[in-house]
Amino acid sequence: MSGFISRGFKGLRRTPEELADRIPPGQYFERGFPVLTAGPTPDVPLGKWSLRIDGMVAETREWTWEEFGALPFEAVPCDIHCVTKWSKIGTSFGGVSVDTLLEDAEPLGAFVMAYSHGGYTTNLPVEDITDGKAWVVTEHEGEPLPREHGGPARLLVPHLYFWKTAKWIAGLRVMDHDEPGFWEANGYHNRGDPWREERYWND
Amino acid sequence: MERLGVTPVEQRAPGRWQVGTVAAVKQETPRVKSFRISLAMWMPHLPGQHYDVRLTAPDGYSAQRSYSIASSPLDEGEIELTIDRLDDGEVSPYFHDVVAVGDQVEVRGPFASYFVWRGEQPVLLVGGGSGVVPLMAMLRHRRRTMPELAMRLVYSVRSAEDVIYADELWDDAVLTYTRQPPSGWTGHTGRIDAALIAAADAASGTAFVCGSNGFVESAAGLLLDAGIAAESIRTERFGPTG
Repeated sequence: MSGFISRGFKGLRRTPEELADRIPPGQYFERGFPVLTAGPTPDVPLGKWSLRIDGMVAETREWTWEEFGALPFEAVPCDIHCVTKWSKIGTSFGGVSVDTLLEDAEPLGAFVMAYSHGGYTTNLPVEDITDGKAWVVTEHEGEPLPREHGGPARLLVPHLYFWKTAKWIAGLRVMDHDEPGFWEANGYHNRGDPWREERYWND
Repeated sequence: MERLGVTPVEQRAPGRWQVGTVAAVKQETPRVKSFRISLAMWMPHLPGQHYDVRLTAPDGYSAQRSYSIASSPLDEGEIELTIDRLDDGEVSPYFHDVVAVGDQVEVRGPFASYFVWRGEQPVLLVGGGSGVVPLMAMLRHRRRTMPELAMRLVYSVRSAEDVIYADELWDDAVLTYTRQPPSGWTGHTGRIDAALIAAADAASGTAFVCGSNGFVESAAGLLLDAGIAAESIRTERFGPTG
């Protein structure tokens, strides 16, 4: 902290007190669910939808929408934190654990590039999406995930800033090395831990 | 895999927090003000980039927001941030109600290199409301560096009193009024539509669209319909945050 004080600033302090410790540094409490997308919103018809686990894996896996729907489905209560400063506390999604998806594929590298219909990418270490830390979700608060929020399916990695939770997810490519995804190549932090306020390069 | 045909660029040393001094304040519309801020650690930005602003109360409570830069990087040593007053916000009302010339504000930047103009042409800029702010940085920079380069702004506002940068909208800018045009207005009224996009004649170029999510969705749809490739349409959506 710089010790700088903004003349005459008091602040609204809207965060309910009992939730204060769930708001990471520099974030504010938001009740809505703002939409932020780079480029037009892709339209992914369910008949053409598929999800792949490929790259450096023992076995490439691919699911159609119908096959994906038969996988074990779980509710994911969580808080989410967007790098544009809003946090949404006590929301929920529903989907399939990435652990389930990786089980038969068997990753042989320590990194993944999540890639989306529409061309978006974001990079993650395998350890950030395994052991119950990430899901491919198709529902938000009990409803089908709206297209503008990444429907029919998006990645969900709630412990990292929300740009890591790739909308319109098409697959995970396992790699033996790390490389920056879309926002990571355009000025945003490579890992994006909100509790360490890893927003931009060199944070 | 590359997104939208944009080549990532090396960004300069990222902005550290610094305390700038407000050099000028301009009331643009009843709810929009522009703030010129002098910075000791200034660095040139790309038109379209943003700064983060941090307000801190005496007890340590702080709030941050991001604001687009409105000025050209040719304005050495300072940046202009244009801020829409959101009545239930916490940072924008402070800027509107408290900040005056000579005040100090804590900022860092410039950040992000996707929604930026690097000299591509032709360029179509499509802005709704205060979504015009990063587009004005592009327009201003083009006018000063490459005035012959094909760049047009299509700007949607509710009424005459909502026009930001009114004295800088020249013949490279086309306005449409969605609610109340000024009396005697003979130009376009209503939401941006296919005819207005066609008139801007930018089918072969790059488009930058900025505004509310609804505005961006509808404008991006019109651009796709007009034959602009999805990878040539860059968007920035303003969340309802203040």
